[in-house]
Amino acid sequence: MNIFKLVARKLGTLLVTVFAASLLVFFSRALVPGDPVAFLLRGRKPSPEAIAEVTKQFGLDKPMWQQYIDWLGNLFHGDLGRSLQFRQDVTTVLADRLPVTLGLVVLAGVLIAILGLAAGIIAALNRGRTADRAILIAMTGLGAIPSFVGAIVLIAVFAVQLGWFPSYGSGDGFADGIFHLILPSIALALTFVALVARVTRSSMLDQLEREHVEVATSRGLPRSRVVLRHVLRNATGPILTVSGVLVAGLLVASSIVEQAFGLAGIGSLLVQSVDRLDFPVVQAIVLLIVIIFVLVNTIVDLLAPLIDPRVAAGAAAR
Amino acid sequence: MRALAAPPSVVKSLRLPRASGLFLTSLIVAAIMVVSAIAAPILAPYNPNIVDLANVLSGPTSAHWLGTDALGRDTLSRMMFGARSSLLGPLLVVVLSTAIGILLGLIAAWRGGWLDALLARIFDLLFAFPALLLAILAVALFGKGLAAPVIAMSIAYAPFVARLVRSLVVTERTRPYVAAYRVQGFSGGWIALRRVLPNVMPTVGAQSTLNFGYVLADLAALSFIGLGVQAPTADWGAMINESRGALMSGQILPAMAPTIAVVLVVIAINIIGEEFSDRLGGQIPL
Repeated sequence: MNIFKLVARKLGTLLVTVFAASLLVFFSRALVPGDPVAFLLRGRKPSPEAIAEVTKQFGLDKPMWQQYIDWLGNLFHGDLGRSLQFRQDVTTVLADRLPVTLGLVVLAGVLIAILGLAAGIIAALNRGRTADRAILIAMTGLGAIPSFVGAIVLIAVFAVQLGWFPSYGSGDGFADGIFHLILPSIALALTFVALVARVTRSSMLDQLEREHVEVATSRGLPRSRVVLRHVLRNATGPILTVSGVLVAGLLVASSIVEQAFGLAGIGSLLVQSVDRLDFPVVQAIVLLIVIIFVLVNTIVDLLAPLIDPRVAAGAAAR
Repeated sequence: MRALAAPPSVVKSLRLPRASGLFLTSLIVAAIMVVSAIAAPILAPYNPNIVDLANVLSGPTSAHWLGTDALGRDTLSRMMFGARSSLLGPLLVVVLSTAIGILLGLIAAWRGGWLDALLARIFDLLFAFPALLLAILAVALFGKGLAAPVIAMSIAYAPFVARLVRSLVVTERTRPYVAAYRVQGFSGGWIALRRVLPNVMPTVGAQSTLNFGYVLADLAALSFIGLGVQAPTADWGAMINESRGALMSGQILPAMAPTIAVVLVVIAINIIGEEFSDRLGGQIPL
């Protein structure tokens, strides 16, 4: 029963947050002073046809709350409105761009998981020794490198000086596409590797000091088994939590990295749409990122009690 | 009237110079950046916007220590003037978000009840919007430049400060000195502002110092993607963006010099902020 209550409450929070976010994203337009037609047609010729089209599309002749309800209703039908710059449905435009961003985020995620966990575990198991100190210093440095700096340095070294990788574009076909994503995914991963490594290290150290680990060791269990079953498993909680937070950062940073490497993904679409005053697309992408972020964090919250039942017990007791 | 001596303040422990070399180096780096930003008109060897098409991408020479960019503008001078917008933006965000955060955090902790619950909900909603995303949305609404992103990021960072202030004040108000003032008839507002606030300020300051680094990186990224500071104004992020063409053709310096400046400042600020928080006994939650 406890688990049910927990799930119901998390889903409730999820819905409330997404609803509030949709309000914020939609009504943010009302913050702009002046005529909404003029705002939506900035930088375009306000011909009578264009005015009529944009008025009809956004229902600008209706009251704002009615516009919101229509917009929300359309969202549920998968209709995100029409892009002003491409004269296409926003859904179509997003679908075209999705594969690149998905590939970039997945590749970066794999890098973050492997490198971050490995660095954190190695540091924790060598606490206070040279390996630990070296990893700590390296991670402090990495953590201070914004993704666009990583992108510039990688381009300068590996694309321009050494010429090993392409510096621009998405490439053609699957293999070439992946090849074009290698440098960008490294640039995207760097900061987050440092974050995961630091959390893994401190979470492992916290567990290594616990009595149950001492008991397991004194019972003569092999070190690898103690580390895997008793330390790492119990250390998963904080690592999982930070991974949830990390997703939002990854999605936003991907817009910087895609822009730096000229990749045609969702992130560079966001930047391009802001640049070309295409508000419907901006609105859709911002809401999409927030929804993904809230969704991932809810999943993380729900996974936590599966890995560590004490979390569920604690939440129910509160 | 002073019925009680002010409670022992944490500020005193900050004054003990037990600084490591790394910390001192960071302070010096930060000081150099601040001085070159303030004194740029005096110190900069050239006008940062003077175009010299006869002397394009010169590389380091005795006349131009860091070379020139694709328009023949002196990179060192642009770096010094660029320090102004690059540092002023984050400074404004940190001051604004700290002020809003302290106010909301104090109100939440002191009043409690439904107001506290409501504020917590609003903060939870804002946490779902990454600061940079909120800044990009603000640019989409109000146009390019530094003004809209600075306000948006102040709103995005205020909840972090507010949550910290709230948790500190909730603990602080249970301490005996608060009750002692109460008994003597001091008003709640006076105790909160004049006695409790100064005690939580050092921790808040340490957190805000760390925030400065994050905001600087975010605003530089915003200028890098062309949505922040606009040409021809010198700004580190914008300079990196403008020098991408030169970078691709093998001229690294015009893009790399501002890149290094960003990294140096961010690392220095991180070290300074963490040193502060270490001295306070690591009260800052990660």
